[in-house]
Amino acid sequence: MTKGNAIAVLLLGILVILFPQLTTDNYILTIAIFIGINALVAIGLTILMGYAGQISLGQAGFYGIGAYISAILSLYLGLPVLLSMIIAIAIASITAVVLAIPSLRLKGHYLAVATLGFGEIIHIILHEWGPGGPSGFGDIPPLSIFGYILHSTLEYFYLIWLCIIVIMIFSLNLINSMTGKALRAIHDSEIASLTLGINITKLKIKVFVLSAVYAALAGALYAHYVTFLSPSGFSLFYSVLVLMMVVIGGISNIWGGIAGALIITILPEVLRGFKEFDILVYGMILTLSLLFMRKGIVPLIIETYKRWISK
Amino acid sequence: MTLLLQFLFSGLTTGTVYALVGIGFNIVYNSTSIINLAQGEFVVIGGLMMWFFLEGMQLPFAVSLSLTLLTAAVVGLLMERLTIKPLLKKGDLLLMIMVTIAISILIRGILMFKFGKDPYTYPPFTEGEPINFYGAVITQQTLWVIGITALCIVLLYLFFNKTMTGRAMRACSLDVKAARLMGINVSNIVMLSFIISAIIGAIGGIAITPISLMEYDKGAMLSVKGFCAAIMGGLGRSRGAVAGGFTLGILESLTAGYIHSGFKDAVALLIMLFILFVKPAGIFGKAEIVRLRKF
Repeated sequence: MTKGNAIAVLLLGILVILFPQLTTDNYILTIAIFIGINALVAIGLTILMGYAGQISLGQAGFYGIGAYISAILSLYLGLPVLLSMIIAIAIASITAVVLAIPSLRLKGHYLAVATLGFGEIIHIILHEWGPGGPSGFGDIPPLSIFGYILHSTLEYFYLIWLCIIVIMIFSLNLINSMTGKALRAIHDSEIASLTLGINITKLKIKVFVLSAVYAALAGALYAHYVTFLSPSGFSLFYSVLVLMMVVIGGISNIWGGIAGALIITILPEVLRGFKEFDILVYGMILTLSLLFMRKGIVPLIIETYKRWISK
Repeated sequence: MTLLLQFLFSGLTTGTVYALVGIGFNIVYNSTSIINLAQGEFVVIGGLMMWFFLEGMQLPFAVSLSLTLLTAAVVGLLMERLTIKPLLKKGDLLLMIMVTIAISILIRGILMFKFGKDPYTYPPFTEGEPINFYGAVITQQTLWVIGITALCIVLLYLFFNKTMTGRAMRACSLDVKAARLMGINVSNIVMLSFIISAIIGAIGGIAITPISLMEYDKGAMLSVKGFCAAIMGGLGRSRGAVAGGFTLGILESLTAGYIHSGFKDAVALLIMLFILFVKPAGIFGKAEIVRLRKF
């Protein structure tokens, strides 16, 4: 981890501790929790897009697998929540491997289309076979860690943001390691990295699985926090939302995932009362940021800051 | 037997739309190597705008038809000039895929704003008794859909093989650099490919709406299915896309009829994954043919 990133993680940690002192409003804390859950998914996709140069349009599928399997295992089979979460994440990562091996072997962007198909299939399965079908099911047990049951919004807030800090530290270290450097090389030039002896396909698969694990973890946390699931939250639209978070936050920097999640999660709250506009607004934001702000917010802020410092 | 015939006909009808979307995919892919994920939105534009001119503004059929096709062409033109053209020279395929997704959401947003979430329909092109074919009922609109699709395919064939512009487009799909050296304006060709694929999509939407209704959010699934049709026939080969579209439509209608209607949409997705994993050159394609990309 670089010095700048270490300071950023520290600042994030302090912010997380202080945030509940600033507000006791449950509504704001709840939004902060959803920002955190979305950020987990977005961080995974940022690494996949920014470092492996691949795009996934099926993150909602892994998010859904994480949520539904963890919920079903703990509710209907009575497994401890933590164990069912781990099983759900394991299943998501196996699915990711199965999906990645054939599609990443091909050159080009087959993963984009394969994941799109995968995500929609998961959505259809949840719709047809999920408990409660299209209307969903409730009474999912809340998170409990070794017998301690979390109930307050504040506890979930701390847990989810602790997860993010841990995952940020892990991801930043990964990016700075040999693996990360190899990944960056892949993104810049596949042929050059091949000649340097980097096993491109294997690395891409690893990163894809990592992104699936983050998404499944987010899904499981969501399921046990909200305690109600229905298939509507796990459609293609969610995958596109995550894509928007990454694009707006900045593909080349994993902090972009958090920034993007912040903006896209707050947006519907701001747009409340403009229900018929929302898709239009999303479309405009995504199109405009691809055309005029391709780097994303976080790299833009860093650049401006550096220019300001050097003056 | 009657039931099977009925399923075959309804599959053929929806299959034509997939075929048209698939052809649209191929035309854009051949000139740019872009997978235009907004392709399905043009079908929705076709259906909804036709309703708007025909029912909303009470214009005559021919006028509505022309205006709808013009609208689709303008949207295709704007999409290419405002978003594809400035970004294409960067050569970043990842970016291009994202742009087409962004445009598809934008179009969907505009349509939802204009038309709301309700499904729309208008009367079939011709009134008349449905035809009885060995017990299966075929509406006149079904014949229109199949006939119009066939006409599109013939016209496209003539365009790509007999006209100078069409041949220039084919030249671009074989080798952009060589085409440019021959004095072909590649930028115009790209623009034209977006306009043509937009019009083809809209024609599909106009023809199918009296049968299957149209709503603002149908585009995403149509894109996926059209893409499935395109890769079934081997990406870039439009005759393959036609075969792929019909096959997909029939398989879907058989699944809905004999297995479970909820899994209808899964068929396309499963076929797509299967092809990507097992035979990326397409079911009807050989690996070598993919490189030749002929219409």
